Amino acid sequence: MPHDHHDNDHLSPSGHPYRADDDTDLSYWQTMEIAVRELLVEKGITTSAEIAGQIETMDARTPSNGAQVVARAWTDPDFHAALIQDASAATRDMGFDIGPLKLIAVENTDDIHNMIVCTLCSCYPRNLLGLPPDWYKSRAYRSRTVREPRSVLAEFGVTLPESTKVRVHDSTADMRYIVIPKRPQETDNMTQAELAALVTRDSMVGTGLAKTP
Amino acid sequence: MTHFVRVKPMMPPGHVRTPIYLRGKVGEIERSLGEFPNPEDLAYGQPATAKPLHRVRFTMAEIWGADAENPNDTLDAEIYEHWLEPADAT
Repeated sequence: MPHDHHDNDHLSPSGHPYRADDDTDLSYWQTMEIAVRELLVEKGITTSAEIAGQIETMDARTPSNGAQVVARAWTDPDFHAALIQDASAATRDMGFDIGPLKLIAVENTDDIHNMIVCTLCSCYPRNLLGLPPDWYKSRAYRSRTVREPRSVLAEFGVTLPESTKVRVHDSTADMRYIVIPKRPQETDNMTQAELAALVTRDSMVGTGLAKTP
Repeated sequence: MTHFVRVKPMMPPGHVRTPIYLRGKVGEIERSLGEFPNPEDLAYGQPATAKPLHRVRFTMAEIWGADAENPNDTLDAEIYEHWLEPADAT
């Protein structure tokens, strides 16, 4: 019985243990960030409202932006060509505010599976897909993906035949990457919006495949 | 830059964007990306000179030798030209 605890003093009315308050001290860098932010506001260089607005803008970016880009690439040959040629320009033309993002789109085929990592830090196409998942920033993902990508893929539930070439992309400098996953079979009659619903965040990082309808 | 390149096996101190696991390895230029401000200057708030940046493709066999999961799988990374020297095909 999951709720059949013996020491009921430490349990909430729902039967779960209370979680300790997160009352740790600020780190050096957290203190530094607050100090710099307050100075920028005091000196009139920016405002609290402007900072909050930027945070909202970033939080509003989600993988569904990328899913729309992928679904259009699957259905619109001209857009597909433009995306491969210059992914930043193509996504801007589609109406996404990606700021200074320099994007490269890499495409999965029957013979090639692409996978994105940043071994040096946590570079990710945030201005299109929003914030990366925590695992993307972990040392385990970053160090293992360049050394044993197939083992990492298998842990994500993706097993590829030996005949499929894995192409890992280490975002070491100024470019960011999005994978165009393979279009699932039996989707010929689907609309772009229906197709976009099949495109997961992981499929655009290369750790997953697009869903099948 | 030549088509085949070797990443210079340098170990300078400070902020660089060339991963250690690729130093000394030979790859081929997949595409050239144009010039970007040198991150080795930017990291210290110095005026940054523009440096050519290339995407270099390595085989897993070249990087990891016999330990590679699949020797024909590849890895692409962006490497600044001042970290590259001409090489023969592997």
